[in-house]
Amino acid sequence: MAWVNAIIQGVLTGGLYALFACGLSLMFGVMKVVNLAHGDLAVVAGYIAIGIIAATHVPVLWSFVIVVPVMAVLGYALQRTLIQSALDRGVLTTLIVTLGLSLVIENGLLQFFTANTRGIGTGLALVQDSFSIGSQIQVAWLLVVFFAVAVAALLGLQYFLSRSRYGRLIRAVADDQEAAQLAGADYRHVFGIAAALALATVALGGIAYGMYSDLDPTAGTDTILLFAFAAVVIGGLGSLWGTLLGGIVLGVAQQIGAQINISDELLAGFIVFLVVLVLRPQGLTSRRAQS
Amino acid sequence: MSLVAEASTQPAAAFRVTRSRRNVAWTGIGALVVVAVLALFPYIVYSGTTAILVQAFIVLTLASMWNLLAGYAGLVSVGQQAFVGLGAYFVVILGLHGISPFAALPFAAIACGVAALPLWWLVSRLRSGYFAIATWVLAATIMLFIERFSSIGGGSGMPLPGFTGYSSVLLTAYTYWAGLAVTVLAMVGIYLILRSRLGLVLTAIRDDEVAARSSGARVGLARMLVFVVAGVGCGAAGAVLAISQLQVQPSADFSVQWTAEMAFATIIGGLGTIEGPIIGTAVYMILQQTLASYNAWYLIVLGLVAILVALFARRGLWGLADEHLNVRLFPVGYWLRLGDGADRARRIRWRGSSSFPG
Repeated sequence: MAWVNAIIQGVLTGGLYALFACGLSLMFGVMKVVNLAHGDLAVVAGYIAIGIIAATHVPVLWSFVIVVPVMAVLGYALQRTLIQSALDRGVLTTLIVTLGLSLVIENGLLQFFTANTRGIGTGLALVQDSFSIGSQIQVAWLLVVFFAVAVAALLGLQYFLSRSRYGRLIRAVADDQEAAQLAGADYRHVFGIAAALALATVALGGIAYGMYSDLDPTAGTDTILLFAFAAVVIGGLGSLWGTLLGGIVLGVAQQIGAQINISDELLAGFIVFLVVLVLRPQGLTSRRAQS
Repeated sequence: MSLVAEASTQPAAAFRVTRSRRNVAWTGIGALVVVAVLALFPYIVYSGTTAILVQAFIVLTLASMWNLLAGYAGLVSVGQQAFVGLGAYFVVILGLHGISPFAALPFAAIACGVAALPLWWLVSRLRSGYFAIATWVLAATIMLFIERFSSIGGGSGMPLPGFTGYSSVLLTAYTYWAGLAVTVLAMVGIYLILRSRLGLVLTAIRDDEVAARSSGARVGLARMLVFVVAGVGCGAAGAVLAISQLQVQPSADFSVQWTAEMAFATIIGGLGTIEGPIIGTAVYMILQQTLASYNAWYLIVLGLVAILVALFARRGLWGLADEHLNVRLFPVGYWLRLGDGADRARRIRWRGSSSFPG
């Protein structure tokens, strides 16, 4: 029964990891950008949510209505300025610029908001309550909600990419940038839209992390970025639904690791990542999916 | 007329290929004098100054190694902190078996080189972004693995064993000399590698990987050798770090901040030159020392400067100096010297100066 429990918890945690990962995957799939500042941007989103909740007293669960658009605008602006300039100069410059951004954000948060941990909505019933299946399995409502949000976000992204005008443009530019340009697509603007979408999901991931655990300036690189990396690589770089699969595999591996030895939770997840890297470097879903 | 055409139309005796326009011996003598003076520092300066210099030695060694990886072999590693941490922990492990930290240092460095081989096998097929991600996760995995062993301090680290019998003055001096020795060996090693046949292959990879492959250069082997050498160098720096701090701590020794620092020092100074990391380390130390009382600000400024340099001065500060002054302290390239006057000597390297990897 303990093993069934571990698997259920792992699958549900996978939803949270998919929220971390899908933005990273989208940016890689469309612009070939490995955004090393991804996790720190999620932490920024979490801090913005905390600030907005404290300042305007909006209900915690509705804070995303403000944070998601703010992060989307930030994503568009970042892409059109910093990341596009870096992209024009090559892969190495992109890595250096996003690593620099990560260092600046992390230490900036440390400087202005100290190293104290902060939670989002810690007193809420949703954050604390759980329901039981049988006598031994306790499932937190929060994880169920995250899983549903992740599936909804992925469905929304897929719908947007396959049906809308900008979605078609994004897919066209991702497939063949030069051909899309010849057909009249302004790829810089399209990249900006893709980055806005990516950071909108990052906002959800950041708020979710703040409710699930505690946010602190180092959570971005220590936890969110590495988990997002692992989920993306396990699922297949650039594949949208692959991130959910990757997140679930990572979550289950961690829970099973924790079942064997409580301190092996993170190690088990990364070992699965390395095994996938050796045996199937293109990820579990080899198809280059919607993005 | 192109350089090659011009050279091939000259009679055979009218041109020759040299390493440098000036006499290299002067740079060599200069470097020897600098090292000799630095070696005397424990006798003439306060221990606070030598402690700062030990930090500079660590950063310079790391930056030079990262430069070899990213600047020449095209391997943008974000996981070099794995070797910093491993180097530190090998000193601890040997120390627990009764070996003094200073005697353990070379063995720790070699052990890191050996450890680099299986790690290379894991990441060797990956390129650019993928490689960066995989090395980072690998470093995190090694840290989590080390944390499992309570005999070497587990997650909270431990003080370095084997320091009994050293007076504090002697300890400071020995630590300084160890740091200096590691840095000098690293720089000399990199200089010799770049002047060797391997260096020629690396320069070819840096300039154009496809062309290098099609000319029969063994790119994979060269990359593996560089990864191992960088493992040895970063491991040695990690060992010096452990000795200078008298303790090890997983999350500090395996922090990605080490890779950020070595990458930024290299980028700011100038990627793909031996001189770049020296300039970059100087900039890093100046930032750190002037902003030391403002906590995390030096890292914020370092990140911003690195972003600006990466975007607007892609060959770094040394590249800017090189463009205007045309100097080269460590000649590793070749010059074509035509017979009809010294002023017509031209460099072969950096023709098409956009040869920035990636």
